[in-house]
Amino acid sequence: MRIAERRRLPVRPGRSRSGSLLPILAILVALLVALTLRQPDFLSPPSLMSFLGRSAPIILLAAGQYFVIVAGEFDLSVGSLVTAQVVVAARLIDSEPSRTWPVILLLLAFGAAVGLANGLITTRLRVPSFITTLGMYLILVGAVYLWSDGAPKGGLAEEFRRFGRRAFEDVPLLGRIPYALLVLLVVAGLAALLTRSDFGQTLVAVGGNPRTAELSGVRVRSVKTAAFVLSGLSAAVAAILIGGYSGVSFQAGAGLEFGAITAVVLGGVALGGGRGSVVGAMLGALTLETLFTLMNFYGVSGALRSTVQGAIILLALAVSSVRSVSR
Amino acid sequence: MSDPPPSPLLTLRGIGKSFLGVRVLGGVDLDVVPGEVHAVVGENGAGKSTLMKVVSGGYAPDEGTMEFAGVPRTFRGPRDAQRAGIGIVHQEFNLLPERSVAENVYLGHEPVRRGLVDRATMLGRTAELLASIGEGALPPGARVGDLGVARQQVVEIVKALALDARLLIMDEPTAALADHEVEQLYTLVRRLQRRGIGVLYVSHRIREVFDLASRITVLKDGRLVTTVDAGDVGAGQLVRHMVGRDLSSYYPGRAAPGESGAVRLAVRDGGNRTLRGVDLRLRAGEVLGVGGLQGSGRSALARALFGAVPFTTGEVTLDGAPVRLRSPRAAMRAGIAYVTEDRKGEGIVGGRSVLDNALLASRAVAPAWRGRGARTARIRELLAAVDVRAAGEDQEIRFLSGGNQQKVVLARWLALGPRVLLFDEPTRGIDVGAKSAIHDLVRRLARDGAAVLMISSELPELLGMSDRIIVMRDGRIAGELPAGATEENVLALALGTAPEAAR
Amino acid sequence: MSLALSRPARSAAPGVFVALALTLAVGWLLVTIDGGQLFSQSTTVSLLHVAAGLGLVAVGQTMVIIGGSLDLSVAYVLSLSTLVAAEAMNGRDGALLPGAGLALAVSAAIGLLNGVLVTKVRINAFIATVGVGLLLKGYLENGYDGPAGKAAPALVRTLGYQRIGPVPVSFLLLLAVAAAAWFALTRTRFGHHLIAVGGDPEVARLSGVRNDRILVTAHVLCSLCAGLAGIYLAARLGAGAPRVGTEGLYDLESIAAVVLGGAALAGGRGGVAGTVGGVLLLASIDAIFNQLEVDAFVKQVIRGVIIIAAVAVYARRALRKAA
Repeated sequence: MRIAERRRLPVRPGRSRSGSLLPILAILVALLVALTLRQPDFLSPPSLMSFLGRSAPIILLAAGQYFVIVAGEFDLSVGSLVTAQVVVAARLIDSEPSRTWPVILLLLAFGAAVGLANGLITTRLRVPSFITTLGMYLILVGAVYLWSDGAPKGGLAEEFRRFGRRAFEDVPLLGRIPYALLVLLVVAGLAALLTRSDFGQTLVAVGGNPRTAELSGVRVRSVKTAAFVLSGLSAAVAAILIGGYSGVSFQAGAGLEFGAITAVVLGGVALGGGRGSVVGAMLGALTLETLFTLMNFYGVSGALRSTVQGAIILLALAVSSVRSVSR
Repeated sequence: MSDPPPSPLLTLRGIGKSFLGVRVLGGVDLDVVPGEVHAVVGENGAGKSTLMKVVSGGYAPDEGTMEFAGVPRTFRGPRDAQRAGIGIVHQEFNLLPERSVAENVYLGHEPVRRGLVDRATMLGRTAELLASIGEGALPPGARVGDLGVARQQVVEIVKALALDARLLIMDEPTAALADHEVEQLYTLVRRLQRRGIGVLYVSHRIREVFDLASRITVLKDGRLVTTVDAGDVGAGQLVRHMVGRDLSSYYPGRAAPGESGAVRLAVRDGGNRTLRGVDLRLRAGEVLGVGGLQGSGRSALARALFGAVPFTTGEVTLDGAPVRLRSPRAAMRAGIAYVTEDRKGEGIVGGRSVLDNALLASRAVAPAWRGRGARTARIRELLAAVDVRAAGEDQEIRFLSGGNQQKVVLARWLALGPRVLLFDEPTRGIDVGAKSAIHDLVRRLARDGAAVLMISSELPELLGMSDRIIVMRDGRIAGELPAGATEENVLALALGTAPEAAR
Repeated sequence: MSLALSRPARSAAPGVFVALALTLAVGWLLVTIDGGQLFSQSTTVSLLHVAAGLGLVAVGQTMVIIGGSLDLSVAYVLSLSTLVAAEAMNGRDGALLPGAGLALAVSAAIGLLNGVLVTKVRINAFIATVGVGLLLKGYLENGYDGPAGKAAPALVRTLGYQRIGPVPVSFLLLLAVAAAAWFALTRTRFGHHLIAVGGDPEVARLSGVRNDRILVTAHVLCSLCAGLAGIYLAARLGAGAPRVGTEGLYDLESIAAVVLGGAALAGGRGGVAGTVGGVLLLASIDAIFNQLEVDAFVKQVIRGVIIIAAVAVYARRALRKAA
C-alpha cells in the first residue's frame, strides 16, 4: 500500500510507563523517609548495600511472578520450589566445593522443568493455574521431605554460599557490594530487556486479551508456558541466594509465593493479566521489604507479615476495582 | 386495515431512542391487540431489536409514549416489564442447561409452601402449562441441556407464560430451528394466539411472516415505513418496503475490468461443522462481497479461510498452490489477514497502546531483536497512512473511537503485507465519517493488488463496495450476483424466497 | 430425544461412588496382601473421623463453588475457630455453648467479609479469599506459638470421641450438616437461586434473583461450616491449634473433594452427595495408605497429583461437553 503523507501520531516516549510507576515510587520514598527518621544510618552505604543484598531474592521472585501474572495466571509453587532447591543443593553438594557449578546448573534446569510442568498442565490440561501450582506445591514439599527422609542432609559448600552472603569488600564510596546485589542487577537487567522484547510484549497482550492474541498469530499456550518457565528459573536463582544467606532448612521458601504476589500487586501489575511492568513488580518487592524492615524497627512482630500482605493485596485490589467502576 | 379491536394490548406512539446522539429509532407507532401475531420486519440495523428492547424494558425510550393494557407505562428494567405481563423469548436462550424444565420455568418465583420450595406444585404447574400449549409430552423434570433447541424454545415460552405474560416478544424464533421444527413452532404460536396472547414476531424470514402474522410492520433505518395487513401485500412488495433507498454515491469506484487479476484464493468443496460444499474463487484486485443473514455461515467462511475454525473437507489453493490453513498462524504465514467482526472481544487488546496493538501480529509471527526500530518506523508510517487519530501512539486503544480502533487493526495486518484480506463487518459500530474512510482503504488495498473478501450485513455497503457478491444461506453459497445487483436480489437469495432472482 | 428426556435432571454423581467402591476394593486387596486389615473397627473409626473434619469444610465449600465462587480461607477460619472455641471454653462445661457460639459467630463474620469482597468490591474470589486468609494467618502466627485454650470436657467426650458402634458422633454431625445443606440446595429458594447464580449470573439476574445477596449468604454458610469443623477439631485435640487447618490442607482438599464429587469449578453444577463421596474417597485413600504404612511424604505427593488430576479430568469432560 502506498503511503500518503499523513499526520503522524505524536510520539510521547515512556509517558505511560513512568506514569504507572509513580505511585509505587512515592510509597517507597515515604517508607524510606520513615525508616531514616527512625534509623538515621539506614541510608549509609554499607547498611543500604546489605539491605539490597538481603532483598535480592524476593525481588527476583517478584520478577518471575510478574511474567506469570501479566500473562493472566498465578504461580503459587515458587515458595516450595525454593525450599526444594535449597534442600536438593545441600544434599548434592554435600559440602564438596567442586560440585558447586554443576549443581547450580542442575538447579536452573530443575526450576525450568518445574515451570514447564506447571505451564503444560495449565495450558494443555486446562487446569486453573492456582490449582496446578498449589498441587505442585504439595508435590514438591512432599517429594523433598521424602527424598531427605524428613531432615535436610548434606551441606552447602562455602563456594555455593558466597553468592548469598559474601560481598566485594572495600569498594570506594559504597563500602561493600554484595554478590547477591550483582546477581540481582544482572537478572533485573535481563528481565527488563525481556519485557521490552517481542516475547515480553506479546506476553502482556496474551494476558490482556488471549482471543485477540490467538487471532493475531500468537501461540498463546506456548507463551504462557514460557512465563511459567521464567518463574521457575527465577525461583532457582532466588534459591541459590537464599541458601547462601540463611543456609539449609525446610522453611527456606515458606510463604515466598504470597510475598511475591503481594509485591507484584503493590507494583501496579493487574491480577488477571495485561497490565504492569516488571520494574514496577521489582520496586513493589523492594517496597515490601522496606515495609518489613520498618515494622522490624518499630518492634512489630514478624509474624504479622502475612496480615500486612493480605491487607495490601485486598486494599490494592479494592482501590483498582473501585476505580474501574467509577470510570 | 381490519377493524381495530376495542382495546389494544400494546400501543406505541412516536417511540424514539438515541445512543450517544445517534438516533437509532424515531417516530415508531405500533399496536398489538390480544390474540394477534404482529410481525416486525426490516433488514439488519433497521431498529427492530432496539424497538423490542424498548418494549421489554431493556431500554427506556427517549421520545414517545407506551401504553400496555390501557395503562401508560415506563419500565425500569426487564423485570418490571415481566411483572407487567410482557415476556420475551430471546434468540439466545436465557436458560440454565444444568437445571430441569420446571426449575428454569420458575426461577426467581418458585412456589413456596412452609418456607420450602414446593416441588410438586412446581412440576405440576409446569406440566399444566406445557399441556396447555400442546407440549404435554415434555417432562417437566427433564434437564434443559438434554433438550433440543426447539424444546428449549418451548421452555422459554413457558417461562414467560408462567409469569402470566399477555404479550410475548419472539426475536428471530426460527433462527436456530430445523425445518420440521418450524412447523411445530407455528402450531405453538397459533395456540398462544387462541389464548388471547398478543405476539410480537420479529423475523427476517418473509415466508414465516406471511404464514403467521395478521399485520406486518416494516422498519427501515430506525423509522416506521408502514404497517400493512398481511393479506394485502405480496412478498415482493414487502421486500421493496424493506429496501428501496438510493444507493449513495460515496462508495469508492469499483474495479475496472482489467483490474481484477488472476485467481488468488480458491476453495473447492470446502466444508466443516457449519459450512457445506463451499466453492469460491477470489481474484487479486477485487472486492468480493459476502451477504446473507446472521448465522448463514458468512463469518464461518471467513474463519475457515483464516484457519480459526478450519475447513475439514475440500481443498484450498493460494496462487495455484495448495495450502493447508490449519491455524491463524498458518493462514498468516500464507499471507491471509482477518479483520474480525467482534472488535472488542477479539480484535484489540483494550488495555494496550495503539502502537502495541498495531505491532501485535508482527511481534507474534516474526519476532525480532535487530531491526525493531525499522519495523516500528514502518508501523508508524502505516498508522499515519490509514490516518489513525489518537492523542498519541501510547494511548490505550480502548479510549479510541471504533473507527480509529479498526484502522489500528488494519495497520496491524498491513504490516505483514497480506495478499488476501478478509473483512468481517468492517464498519460495524463505526460512525459515518470513519466508515467511508474504511471503505476507501478497502478499495485502495484491492487496487494495490490484494484480494479482498468483505462480509457485510448492510446491504447498501455490500452493494456499493463489491465487485461481485456471493450470498450465503444455511452454510452454503446460495448464489452469486454481479456488480449492479439490487438489495432485493441479495435479500431474495439470503431469504430463499425467490430463487429466480439468482439468475 | 426420548432417551435424553428420560434422564433425570439431577444425577447423584455416581462416578465418585464407583471410584470409592473401586478404591476400597483395590485397597482392601492390597492391605490384605500386606497382611493388614482395612475394615477393622479402629481403621473405620479413624477413617470416619478424618472424613468428618474434611467433610464439614467440604460441604461448605460445595455451597460457594456451586455459586461460582471459591473459598481458600477455610483452613485459617478452621484454625481460628479451634482457638476461639477452646479459649472461650477454657475447660469449663458451662462455657461450651457460648464458646461454640462465639466461634461460629467469628467464622460467620469472616464469611461475610469474603462475600462482600467478592460481590460488592468485586475482587476475584480466589485472590479475595487468599487475601483474607493471609490476614488471618498473620493474626494466628503473631498470637500463637502452639496449642492454646482448653475445650470443654463434655465437648471432647461427645463430639471428640463418642461413637455409636463404629460411627463417631462427629461423622453423624457431618451427615446432619450434609443433609441440611442438601435440603437447602434442593428444597429452598436460596438453593435454587444459588445454583442459578453459579450457572449463569445473567440469567439469574434477569429472572429476578438477587445475585449478591445469595452469594454473600453462601460465603457465610461456607465459613460457618469451616467454623463447625474447627469446633470439632478442638474437641478432638482438646485445645485450640493455630496450624491445624493449614497443615491438614483443608483448603485444597475441600476443593478437591468438591470437584471429585462432580461439581464444576465454574459453578452451577454439583451436589452435597457427590462432595460427601469425594470426602470419603480422599479419607479412604488416606486410610489405605496408613494401613500400608506409606510414608507421609509420599502421601502428600500423591495428594497433589490427585488434586491436579481430578480437576484436569473434569476440565476435559467439560470441554468435550462444550464441543
